[in-house]
Amino acid sequence: MKTRHKRLAIAAGVVLVIAAAAALILNAFQSNLVFFFSPTQIESKEAPVNRTFRLGGLVVAGSVKRTGVAVDFMVTDTAKSVPVHFEGILPDLFKEGKGVVAQGKLQDGVFVAKEVLAKHDENYMPPEAAEALKNAAKSNEKTAASLVTGK
Amino acid sequence: MIPEIGHFSLWLALGVAFALGVIPMWAAARGRADWMALARPLSYVLFALVTFASACLMASFIRSDFSVLYVASNSNTHLPLQYQIAGFWGGHEGSLLLWVQMLVIWMVAVSLFSRHLPREVLSRILAVMGLVSVGFLLFMLLTSNPFDRLFPVPADGHDLNPLLQDPGMVFHPPTLYMGYVGFCVAFAFAIAALIGGNLDATWARWTRPWTTVAWMFLTVGIAMGSAWAYYELGWGGWWFWDPVENASLMPWLLGTALIHSLAVTEKRGSFKNWTVLLAILAFSFSLLGTFLVRSGVLSSVHAFATDPRRGLFILAFLTIVIGSSFSLFAWRAPTVGLGARFALFSKETALLANNVLFMVAAAVVLLGTLYPLLLDALGMGKISVGPPYFDSVFMPLMIPTIFLMGVGPMARWKETSVPDLASRLKWALGATVVCAILTGWLQGAIHLLATVGLMMAFWIFSSVATDLWERVRPEGKGFTEVRRKARQIPRALVGMMVAHIGVGMFCLGVTMVKTYEVESDVKMAVGDSTTVRGYSFAFKGVKDVQGPNYDATRATIEISRNGSRITELSPEKRIFRVQQNPMTEAAIAPGLTRDLYVSMGEEVEGGAWIVRVYVKPFIDWIWGGCLVMALGGFLAVTDRRYRRKTGAAA
Repeated sequence: MKTRHKRLAIAAGVVLVIAAAAALILNAFQSNLVFFFSPTQIESKEAPVNRTFRLGGLVVAGSVKRTGVAVDFMVTDTAKSVPVHFEGILPDLFKEGKGVVAQGKLQDGVFVAKEVLAKHDENYMPPEAAEALKNAAKSNEKTAASLVTGK
Repeated sequence: MIPEIGHFSLWLALGVAFALGVIPMWAAARGRADWMALARPLSYVLFALVTFASACLMASFIRSDFSVLYVASNSNTHLPLQYQIAGFWGGHEGSLLLWVQMLVIWMVAVSLFSRHLPREVLSRILAVMGLVSVGFLLFMLLTSNPFDRLFPVPADGHDLNPLLQDPGMVFHPPTLYMGYVGFCVAFAFAIAALIGGNLDATWARWTRPWTTVAWMFLTVGIAMGSAWAYYELGWGGWWFWDPVENASLMPWLLGTALIHSLAVTEKRGSFKNWTVLLAILAFSFSLLGTFLVRSGVLSSVHAFATDPRRGLFILAFLTIVIGSSFSLFAWRAPTVGLGARFALFSKETALLANNVLFMVAAAVVLLGTLYPLLLDALGMGKISVGPPYFDSVFMPLMIPTIFLMGVGPMARWKETSVPDLASRLKWALGATVVCAILTGWLQGAIHLLATVGLMMAFWIFSSVATDLWERVRPEGKGFTEVRRKARQIPRALVGMMVAHIGVGMFCLGVTMVKTYEVESDVKMAVGDSTTVRGYSFAFKGVKDVQGPNYDATRATIEISRNGSRITELSPEKRIFRVQQNPMTEAAIAPGLTRDLYVSMGEEVEGGAWIVRVYVKPFIDWIWGGCLVMALGGFLAVTDRRYRRKTGAAA
């Protein structure tokens, strides 16, 4: 085999591997990217139905109810709240009034979580939850402002 | 006083590192032997100063000197001594000092064991390492000084995060850093060779043992972290594709590619540019990992509270190092010249394919790790890329890699005949298929994906066995000849076989645990029992116990199978007194073919508890496989041809 052909063959092989990887990546991205939504966005129907996404906010104090292995609680961004259903063991640092991120799907208005993510120390706030709170605070201001001007 | 002395010695170290980075480099360019002679003594002084600073920080921890901010935020008088010591690297500042400490350890090792290197080469290598330490020392002194004082002095410290109070904390970070930073040696060798223009097979032979040792540490360090997460985080996973795990996996993938590429450069003189590029990339990814972990762009168990200046500094440093080394590469690489020629089907091609696959795998991990950051930075929404992405992209890439792992070692250098290779490997292939199906059948269910995974494992085992058999096959004289031939196999080759078997064990463990594990969360009151995969778990009750710095509720769970008692496990729920954080301590009965894993959830009505019960088949093979890989690396570095080199010079 000529050197030129050999080089071509090797180059083709490399391109093939990269193309295969790119195809795999695109395919995986299509189905496995997990978007984040806040309770306010869920309320305004921005969140997808039947697709996994993440929800973040604070656990509403007094909302946690255990029934056997299942647990129900509310997550709020201070503007709106969403009921969450989860079956299994909650992370150690799950507490009422503290930040939380849950991953799962929306079913009939209830967020059915497959996973509730752990925080790693008591002062840490998941960035998604922090973001949700910040946005809610902003929109609260906006509503307040519109009320004022409306008057 | 001690913290000030430590702080001062870090400033001195910065000066010395600067001198080390500049003087020998200049002297090597001018051929001034007198000035080049400074390189080694300077590296010893730098080592002594940094080690002294580390000792000062360590002393502050052991003396519980809470006037030091870093000590006050990571330690406590009630903390057991081993965790006070481990508190050293429990936070950002100390981890950086650990980074520099590891760097100077590697530097001094190079000074001691590379006396046979030409003076210019050694001077340049030490100078490059000196420049890298300038960057890190500056970073530490300007943005994250571990010796900052705190006033007023608190009565007690804030304590180490309870998650970190584990023997894993004592060993995992130093081992991992040793590996991470170790790629700096290969990097320094590569830069020195690019500057000096002496990039050849000898260069590859010098670089190889250093790279392998760093790779060994990284392998063991990653495995330790994975095992630690498995028993500590309380939900039995061993790899989460957490960005910080990815940050350590990427240098590992590139390091693995580098080891293989160095083999070609040493044996055949080919792939020189490629090898240099990999050496630069492996270290760049170590730096990138440091950036990802230490800049606070990621949130994870490893990320510390941060300050934006730090992220900016590391990013700038990263840009300088990567930018300048790539420019140097672009400028000097065309002069390197091509190596020996090889045919399309040859060991060279197999190793080239290995390299391409490992690099693509690293790129895939990089993309999955950085993509969410990128989208977030561009204000395009917050997303996360989860394990399914990595699983569905990474796995398919590993299939051809592992197939080549069987073929590559059996192929010949320069040119190999495909029909010949196929006929030599036909028995291995047959054994692979039979064993994979048999294992699935023994486990009670044959799944397609599981069979693929098992075939990968058995393919490695059987091809290594074939390779070994070809090397020791007697021609008439029977067993004595086998022994004689076996003894003639070079240590490096044995190391390769052992490391490959480690990969096989790893594949077997991953496949078995992914396919056949059973996880179940159940509500249990005293006297209840549940059966998982034939194992019966009976809840005997809970009692309160006291640890050195925590109070715990300990459950007793008796495990039996077919009526005969196997063992009793005592998982705990701990409340640490200082930070008042709860912590789940899982209890595990390890075994060669399965782990039994029990952890406690929360207490529910009527004294019952939610209990998590797992049966994890072959999970210990995952870490066992990593240790065997590292053992293979160890065997390879102890090969006589590296020892002779050092021996002759000593």
